Amino acid sequence: MGRITLDKVRKAFGDVEVIPPLDLTINDGEFVVFVGPSGCGKSTLLRLIAGLEDVTSGEIRIDGTDATHLSPAKRSLAMVFQSYALYPHMSVRKNIAFPLKMAKLDQAEIDRRVEGAAKVLNLDSYLDRRPGQLSGGQRQRVAIGRAIVREPSAFLFDEPLSNLDAALRVGMRLEISELHKRLATTMIYVTHDQVEAMTMADKIVVLQAGRIEQVGSPLELYRTPRNKFVAGFIGSPKMNFIDGAEAAKHSAHTIGIRPEHLIVTDEGGTWTGKVGVSEHLGSDTFFHVHVEGFPETLTVRAGGEVNLHYGDTIHLTPDAAQIHRFDAEGLRLA
Amino acid sequence: MATQHSRSAARLMMTPAVFLLLVWMLVPLIMTLWFSTLDYRPMRGTFDCCEGLANYTRFITSSAFLDSVITTLQLLGGVLLITIVGGILLAILLDQPIWGQGIVRILVIAPFFVMPTVSALVWKNMFMNPVNGLFAHLFKGLGLEPIDWLSQAPMFSIILIVSWQWLPFATLILLTAIQSLDSEQLEAAEMDGAGPLSRFGYITLPHLARSITVVVLIQTIFLLSIFAEIYVTTGGAFGTRTLTYLVYQRVIESQNVGLGSAGGIYAVILANLVALVLMRVVGKNLDA
Repeated sequence: MGRITLDKVRKAFGDVEVIPPLDLTINDGEFVVFVGPSGCGKSTLLRLIAGLEDVTSGEIRIDGTDATHLSPAKRSLAMVFQSYALYPHMSVRKNIAFPLKMAKLDQAEIDRRVEGAAKVLNLDSYLDRRPGQLSGGQRQRVAIGRAIVREPSAFLFDEPLSNLDAALRVGMRLEISELHKRLATTMIYVTHDQVEAMTMADKIVVLQAGRIEQVGSPLELYRTPRNKFVAGFIGSPKMNFIDGAEAAKHSAHTIGIRPEHLIVTDEGGTWTGKVGVSEHLGSDTFFHVHVEGFPETLTVRAGGEVNLHYGDTIHLTPDAAQIHRFDAEGLRLA
Repeated sequence: MATQHSRSAARLMMTPAVFLLLVWMLVPLIMTLWFSTLDYRPMRGTFDCCEGLANYTRFITSSAFLDSVITTLQLLGGVLLITIVGGILLAILLDQPIWGQGIVRILVIAPFFVMPTVSALVWKNMFMNPVNGLFAHLFKGLGLEPIDWLSQAPMFSIILIVSWQWLPFATLILLTAIQSLDSEQLEAAEMDGAGPLSRFGYITLPHLARSITVVVLIQTIFLLSIFAEIYVTTGGAFGTRTLTYLVYQRVIESQNVGLGSAGGIYAVILANLVALVLMRVVGKNLDA
C-alpha cells in the first residue's frame, strides 16, 4: 500500500514561504513526477513527504494514518538521492544491507533480500566492491537496491538521473519505469526535465514557485495545458506563443501553437516567413522561422529530409484544432 | 610547466635549504652518537674515549629506565584518549549552528596558541595550587578537602594540562572533517532507520577515521618530547619522569653527557618504534 495525501501542507523557512498551502493525493501504485524549473520547491515538497523537513502547517497522511510528525524512518518510505548518498566505506553488499541491519532482521533474511535485489539490478558481480570503484550508473543502481530491499510502501526519487550522461540516462529511465511496472509500488519522482516527466509518469504534477500549476496524465497536460506556464513547460521544443492582433483573431490575448502543429507549404498558408537557424536531428528538423510582424521566431517541426535552407521563404499554416488560447492572465480559454 | 630545465633549476635552488636541514639534523645526531660512546662528565673534567656500549647498558639497566618508558606511554595514551574523544565531541558540538559560532570557535582554538611553559605555570599556580588555586576554592566551597593535585595525582594533572593544550588541535582537524561529510549520507541513513547513535557509529565515525589517524600520528610525534610541562610542574618527581625528562636529568643534573646521550639514542629508537606501530595499525586508513 502507498497512498499519500497532502492536506493544506505549507512550508516556510523563516519569513519566506516556499510552499503555500497545497493539496495533493497520490494513489497506490502510481508513478507521480514532480516537475518544474529549478527553485520551484519540488525537492522541498519531496523532503516534506520523506520527513527530512518539518511541515510548517498542514497534514501528511500515508495510507490513511497521520504521518506529519513521524520520523523519516517510521514512514516506510525509501529515498534515492541525487548524489546517491552511498556509504563510501561500506561494500555494495553492506550498503544495500544497511536498512535491513538497522531494522534488525536476521542475517539469513538480510542475505536473501540483498541477493534478490542484486539479481534484479544486475549487481551480482559488484557486491564486494566499494562505491568508489563503481561507475555512475552502477552507483545509481546500488542506491535503488538500497531502497528496494526495505520493501517500502513508496519510493522517493530526487533527481536521480541528473548526474548521469545522456545515453545512460535514457537507459536508467527505462530501468526505473520497468522496476515500477514489476513492483507496482507508488513512486514519486522529482525532476526538472520534462522529457523524463512525460516518458515515465502516470501523473505529472507541474510546480512553479511552490504552487501546483496542474496535475494530470502526460497527454492531458500536453493536450489541454491549464495555463501558459504549463503549456510552455510541457512539450519539446517549447510551444510558440503569439500575442496581439494575430491572437485577437482567435479572440484571445495570447495563442499558443506547438512546433509540431505548424504545417509547412510552398505557397499560400496563414503566415509567411524566412527560415533562420535550423537544427537537424535526423528524424526531425526544427526550423526557427522569422515571420513578418512577430517579435519572436516561430519554432517549426518538419520531417528529417526537408530541403530548406537559411534565408528560404516558407509558408506556415497552424492546425486550427491545435491552437491553444489564453487570456490576459495566462489562463486557458475553453 | 615543469620542463627539464626548470626542474634542474628548482633542484639547484633547493640545495641550500636541503643542505641546511641535513646538517641541522645530522650533526646533532652524529654528535649524540659519538658522545654516547664516551665517558664525558664535564664537571669532573673526564673526557675518556672508547667506552663502547657501556653507557647503553648502564642506562637500560638502571631502575629509572623502565619506569620512564612506562610513564611516557601513559602520558601518550592518556593525552591521545582525552584529545580524540573530547575532540570528536567538541567538533560535533561546534558543527551545530549556534549564535556567535565564529567567536566560540576562536575561543576553542585559543589554548593551542599558549606556550607550554606558560600554560603549565598557569595551571600549576592558578588552578592546581592547594591553597590559592581555583580548584582548591571550588573544593572548599563544596565543603571538601582541597587536593594537592601535583603531588597527589601528578600523572593525571600533567595529562590534564597537556590535553588542554592539544584538544584544540584535535578539535580543529576533526571539525573540518565533520564539515566535509555529505549531509545526504546522514539523511539517507536516517531514512534507512538509523538512530542518532547508529548514524554516528556507521557514518560519521568511519568518515572521521582518516582525520583521527592524522591527529594520532602528529600528536604522538610531539607528545613523545613533552618537557616543559613536567619541568615546570613536578620537576620529574612523583613518578612523572618520562624518557625525555630522564635524559635531561642524566645530562644536566648528573652532568653525565655520555650516559644521557645513550638515553637520547634510546628515545630516538622508541619514537621510531611507536611511529612504526602506529603506521601499521592505523596507516591502512590513509591509503583507502
